[in-house]
Amino acid sequence: MEHYTMNLTLKVWRQSEKNSDGRFETYEVKDISSEMSFLEMFDVLNEQLVIEGKDPIAFDHDCREGICGMCSMYINGRPHGPWHATTTCQLHMRAFKDGDTVVVEPWRAKGFPVIKDLVTDRSAFDRIIQSGGFISVNTGNAVDGNSLPIEKEKADASFAAAACIGCGACVAACKNASASLFLSAKVAHLALLPQGQPERKNRVLSMVAQMDKEGFGSCTFTGACEAVCPKEIAITNISRMHKDYLAAGLSNER
Amino acid sequence: MALTGIFLISFLLVHVGLNACIFADLNWLNPADNGEMFNKAAHFMGSTIVTRLLELVLFAGFLLHIIQGYAIEAKNRSRRGQGYKVSMGSRGSTWMSRSMAILGTLIFLYLVMHIAQFWVPSRITKDLQEVTYNGVEMHNLYLRMYEVFQQPVVVLLYLVGVAALAFHLLHGFHSAFRSMGVHNKKYLSLLKGLGYGFTVIVCLLFALMPIAMYLQWVSPNS
Repeated sequence: MEHYTMNLTLKVWRQSEKNSDGRFETYEVKDISSEMSFLEMFDVLNEQLVIEGKDPIAFDHDCREGICGMCSMYINGRPHGPWHATTTCQLHMRAFKDGDTVVVEPWRAKGFPVIKDLVTDRSAFDRIIQSGGFISVNTGNAVDGNSLPIEKEKADASFAAAACIGCGACVAACKNASASLFLSAKVAHLALLPQGQPERKNRVLSMVAQMDKEGFGSCTFTGACEAVCPKEIAITNISRMHKDYLAAGLSNER
Repeated sequence: MALTGIFLISFLLVHVGLNACIFADLNWLNPADNGEMFNKAAHFMGSTIVTRLLELVLFAGFLLHIIQGYAIEAKNRSRRGQGYKVSMGSRGSTWMSRSMAILGTLIFLYLVMHIAQFWVPSRITKDLQEVTYNGVEMHNLYLRMYEVFQQPVVVLLYLVGVAALAFHLLHGFHSAFRSMGVHNKKYLSLLKGLGYGFTVIVCLLFALMPIAMYLQWVSPNS
């Protein structure tokens, strides 16, 4: 792929702290390499801001290889930017042309309050996991392969759901700010395995209750979450979660 | 939401089937009918205790669906907080799936007009012209339909109402089943296809009714 450099205009959301009013600031960046990642471009901008004696832009990032789920920018009207099945850190500058204007916003949801600039508090997801996204047994040492038979299709579906990195792009994209795709992935990867069965009913009931408590909306199957998910978590997981929720609500002992 | 939605979908099937009886009077088909088949069918729906009770269930279904719909929409709208500067638009979701509340509101407004034009004069004020078949006296709803659909504005409003219903159904049909837990991909594509087919056939038939009467394809014998 041909290498080129570009000059860009960035409009970035700046907010000094949780309860303060924010605003968009415009920045110009020059000679950005098409081979840079989007976050590296932000590093360049931040260095520029530090040299100018200004406050650098706060943004979340950690592994920078698409597996930690920390990066969370809403770029030109799409969580994680224009590329399909990609996190912000995997987005490269070759997605943009010289002279482009790029608008960068934080995730917007009541459940994800902005802490500073582009950083949001996503601890709501941790509390949802704590409410039931686990199995309460001592797993002990690794067992021999195939000592616990699991159908191939179920193992695959469970693994696909477990690929969710909890970045929150689904919430950011959903018109209802619903966390259903995230939640359904966390419910599905345990519900499909034998180890997840004993707590299956309570798990889905308490996790859905926690999601409502955290201020996320409900699912209306628009499909926006699935379209932006960097791990391509299938929206069919949400229907599976609804089925489990319905069954659990009707038959739970509690 | 899904349950009441599917219930209302089943009502549409009955309603469109019954109203399609007016097409027995298509001028090139059987002009001798003069709305008899439709009037008899409509009379049957209004004259037995079972259908009158079902009518109450239907009103309850509509009410529940509308109240639930607005409640969910109000809750979901409050969950974003501050909005985005650049909207995601239709990248990933269809316009109709995001506009169910607006489409529903259009259908609701249409419904108010529709009930005032047909249900109220037939069931409450009972001021429709009578017609007698085999010694049984009944309302000439067919004539009422014809009179109502001679006004171009009404025909236009009906077409808008049917269009809103079509878009509402295109998303609502499969979404209802997904909400209730259907997650098998094969059945989902089947349900989507079924939903699209249902929507096209039902809405086309509904749309043809005012059009056919306005253009005199279907008209009472003078």
